[in-house]
Amino acid sequence: MMARTRERLVVVGNGMAGIRTVEELLKRDPDRYDITVFGAEPHVNYNRIMLSPVLAGEKTFDQIILNDRSWYEHNCITLFTGEKVETIDREARTVTSAAGRTVGYDKLLLATGSIPFIIPVAGRGLPGVVPFRDISDVEEMLRRAAGGGRHAVVIGAGLLGLEAANGLAANGMAVTVIHLMGTIMERQLDETAGLMLKVELAGRGIDIITGATTEAILGEDRVTGVLLEDGREIPADIVVMAVGIRPSTSLAKSAGIEVERGIVVDDHMVTSDPAILAVGECVEHRGAVYGLVAPLWDMARVCADQLTGNAESAYAGTVTGTKLKVTGIDVFSAGNFNGGEDCEEIVFRDDTRGVYKRINVKEDFIEGVVLYGDTRDSAWYFQMLRDGENIAAIRDTLIFGQGVGGAASADPRAAVAALPDSAEICGCNGVCKGSITRAIAEKGLATLEDVRAHTKASASCGSCTGLVEQLLELSLGDEYQAAAAAKPLCKCTHHPHDDVRRLIVAGELKSIPAVMRALEWKTPNGCHTCRPALNYYLLAAWPGEYKDDYQSRFINERAHANIQKDGTYSVVPRMWGGLTSAKELRAIADVVDKFAIPTVKVTGGQRIDLFGVRKEDLPAVWKDLNDAGMVSGHAYAKGLRTVKTCVGSEWCRFGTQDSTGMGVKLERMTWGTWTPHKVKLAVSGCPRNCAEATIKDFGVVAVDSGWELYVAGNGGMKVRECDFLAKVETEGQVLEYCGAFLQLYREEARYLDRTAPWVERVGLDYVKKRVVDDGEGRRALFARFRFSQVFSQTDPWEERASQGVDSHEFASLATVG
Amino acid sequence: MKEDITWIEVGRVADIPPAGARVVKTKQGDIAVFRTAADDVFAVRDRCPHAGGPLSQGIVHGARVTCPLHNWVIDLASGEATGPDEGCTGTFPVRVENGLIRLGLSMPPGQPAAAS
Ligand SMILES: Cc1cc2nc3c(=O)[nH]c(=O)nc-3n(C[C@H](O)[C@H](O)[C@H](O)COP(=O)(O)OP(=O)(O)OC[C@H]3O[C@@H](n4cnc5c(N)ncnc54)[C@H](O)[C@@H]3O)c2cc1C
Ligand code: SF4
Ligand code: SF4
Ligand code: FES
Repeated sequence: MMARTRERLVVVGNGMAGIRTVEELLKRDPDRYDITVFGAEPHVNYNRIMLSPVLAGEKTFDQIILNDRSWYEHNCITLFTGEKVETIDREARTVTSAAGRTVGYDKLLLATGSIPFIIPVAGRGLPGVVPFRDISDVEEMLRRAAGGGRHAVVIGAGLLGLEAANGLAANGMAVTVIHLMGTIMERQLDETAGLMLKVELAGRGIDIITGATTEAILGEDRVTGVLLEDGREIPADIVVMAVGIRPSTSLAKSAGIEVERGIVVDDHMVTSDPAILAVGECVEHRGAVYGLVAPLWDMARVCADQLTGNAESAYAGTVTGTKLKVTGIDVFSAGNFNGGEDCEEIVFRDDTRGVYKRINVKEDFIEGVVLYGDTRDSAWYFQMLRDGENIAAIRDTLIFGQGVGGAASADPRAAVAALPDSAEICGCNGVCKGSITRAIAEKGLATLEDVRAHTKASASCGSCTGLVEQLLELSLGDEYQAAAAAKPLCKCTHHPHDDVRRLIVAGELKSIPAVMRALEWKTPNGCHTCRPALNYYLLAAWPGEYKDDYQSRFINERAHANIQKDGTYSVVPRMWGGLTSAKELRAIADVVDKFAIPTVKVTGGQRIDLFGVRKEDLPAVWKDLNDAGMVSGHAYAKGLRTVKTCVGSEWCRFGTQDSTGMGVKLERMTWGTWTPHKVKLAVSGCPRNCAEATIKDFGVVAVDSGWELYVAGNGGMKVRECDFLAKVETEGQVLEYCGAFLQLYREEARYLDRTAPWVERVGLDYVKKRVVDDGEGRRALFARFRFSQVFSQTDPWEERASQGVDSHEFASLATVG
Repeated sequence: MKEDITWIEVGRVADIPPAGARVVKTKQGDIAVFRTAADDVFAVRDRCPHAGGPLSQGIVHGARVTCPLHNWVIDLASGEATGPDEGCTGTFPVRVENGLIRLGLSMPPGQPAAAS
């Protein structure tokens, strides 16, 4: 036997990093080592990241093999597949496999990769629960799909989980993805991009449940479903766990090599034992652990240098970028894309094209990038990010990508340009975009007055004027010079309130993120000015459909009580029309004693206000009041507050009608409604007007022959006496006019406008025209009012006191010390 | 002087609604733990530098919160008031691992409690 002249290198792990290192090594010095590779999988080296296309049926296993057996033979590499290395003897410098084979080494390379994390819930060991890591997992998934499995559940909506979901859907399975966080791929994507992706995947039949915690996996002898913490059960013939990976370190640990999260290596990929090196996902370098291939390539080069005696070269860590490999969906992210201190954001959105880009810039350097729908420039951005290139000179055009030279600033007209011709621009007159642009073109209209004359658009309340002007600009270009534009809603947008309202309806936008995307919001999630406004506009536009965004409400509406200056709350139960009873008063008195409520006060709106309630006591206080039959008085809401009444004909010697009864009826009809600002009503039984009905948002004064209706009064900072709206004869008419007036206000006023400034702006004539003159229109408004009330007349106190809604709001997270 | 920091587990990220906050009660006063819409977690003293408003009750936007009492806007990373307003509320180090939140608190016995 020949004397051994070459050093012996043993590689544990036949995966991407191990073999890449061997390739690099062969490039440098093919004769230096006798190489032996152990792989636990029964296969040659394949491209793990291509498992997703294999699952989706776009590639076969043969197509993803990187090095076939002849490559190993050609390079004189001894390969043991299907043999897991179980022990390392560092003294003797040998490794021993599960099959009992012992091989000696001079240098040992650990490239054991990662093991998938399996969440410790009941049922995790059932057949049909698989991770997504190697080809055998893919084969198992394909087998179950082929064997008639209909339902798949994927736990985890990260990169892997979504690729698994897409692959399973491509195999004809109904896929549900369960994700703990509120947005998907939250570690790669910001909220907007995550939402766009979710919508896109939903379109492919992939159901994604966010904010969901897995309680257990169900089944007897194989998996049948997944139980969520909230009690929901999702059927499943297969469950794919894709919640994360952990470096595979047990071999190294048992050999006494230093291991933290991963096998600790220095900048030369050497472990705490100088004869042992490590690369790939199993290592921890300067505290970082990687889960993508790009860093492995850098590590492999340094490791090969080290193995061939070049001690100069050092690994300094890698900035990673991610691309989602789901066919037809282009997503890219890199670096810190969620901003933070001193970060400025450059954002571009085009909802029609489904494109979203966000670049985080800090002191003229790119910090992070998210690209959705158009990733052509990902390499370019990524390069600049990694190289730390100063972008000051190209900042203006940066967001448009490499190919763009000329600066084109985001166009405020884009949202209007993107609307279909059928979108309604003027609600009062029912004029759509197509009719306006056609009239401009065909009749040669050049001014707002022309458009008003020919199409009626913007000729009534005028709140769509901004949009009509933008259409003129779009049609006529520079020839049209609009007067000074209306003030934007807030600094997050260039659109004024009225335009936002109309675009929500015209563009059928149904969530805050959708509005922000379509209207090119400049901030990722708005501010305290626009979010409550958008929440209200959406609620008013889509009653029954829109899901209220609780976090976009001011604390009073979120906690259903008024915050006071010391951080305590005040509570006002409803007293219909100002009436109460001994039972209610007793309940109130008991609550005051029980919770040591310091102040009890009669309000200007004829109710009892309990001051100084601690937030954590609120649900219990409500419970006691609910038990006595009282509901929330909405004293905190931009909604109906009170209906003040006098005693009227029942007791008063001057009373002409039952004003108290009328007030109770009005309150029963209007309570719970959401409005742009608070709304107060009052009913007086005769012109003496004891209920002060002529300084209310809607006031009713009884006279011998019926009821006089007044609107737009205000007793606040700027006292305003009501305008007379109409005189009606029956109680039914009072209700109808009141509902119609409130609905017009709900649909057209700007958020935080009370009725007084709104009526002053649009003019009393306009309101009369809509509510009094146009009978059919009034009935339609009233019908819409009653329709929306179906969804809003729930007692928020009851939901929270008895049904536990939003219970986290009232309990502290933890107590420490 | 180097202070010793104790990392104390206070709950899970999932316990806080996105763009929301919850309170951790400590001997030294309330700490507001925020979770932004982008799932970043911050901890600041639950007292507005203006007039002591409970910041945890404000509207969270980006990495900022608007105080519910008089609308000061506080940057969550630095605790500083933004815009024309000036003032700073204390911040606390936070760590999130596997969805668990830990606060870094210095808790030597007998440390004077913060103004309540
Ligand atoms: C489905 C999927 C899709 C992915 N998509 C992407 C992507 O798009 N982009 C990207 O950058 N990354 C992607 N990745 C991650 C990428 O595949 C990994 O980062 C990379 O494969 C890690 O290489 P590695 O050599 O460290 O580990 P691996 O490739 O996992 O190799 C480790 C090998 O070591 C073997 N082994 C472990 N212990 C022993 C032992 N004791 N004895 C013998 N053998 C052992 C294992 O069986 C395994 O074959 C994806 C991963 C998966 C699973
Ligand atoms: S704004 Fe109008 S023009 Fe426009 S909808 Fe009202 S009246 Fe019409
Ligand atoms: S309004 Fe007239 S009727 Fe009513 S109480 Fe007052 S005085 Fe009496
Ligand atoms: S107390 Fe916070 S703004 Fe006044």
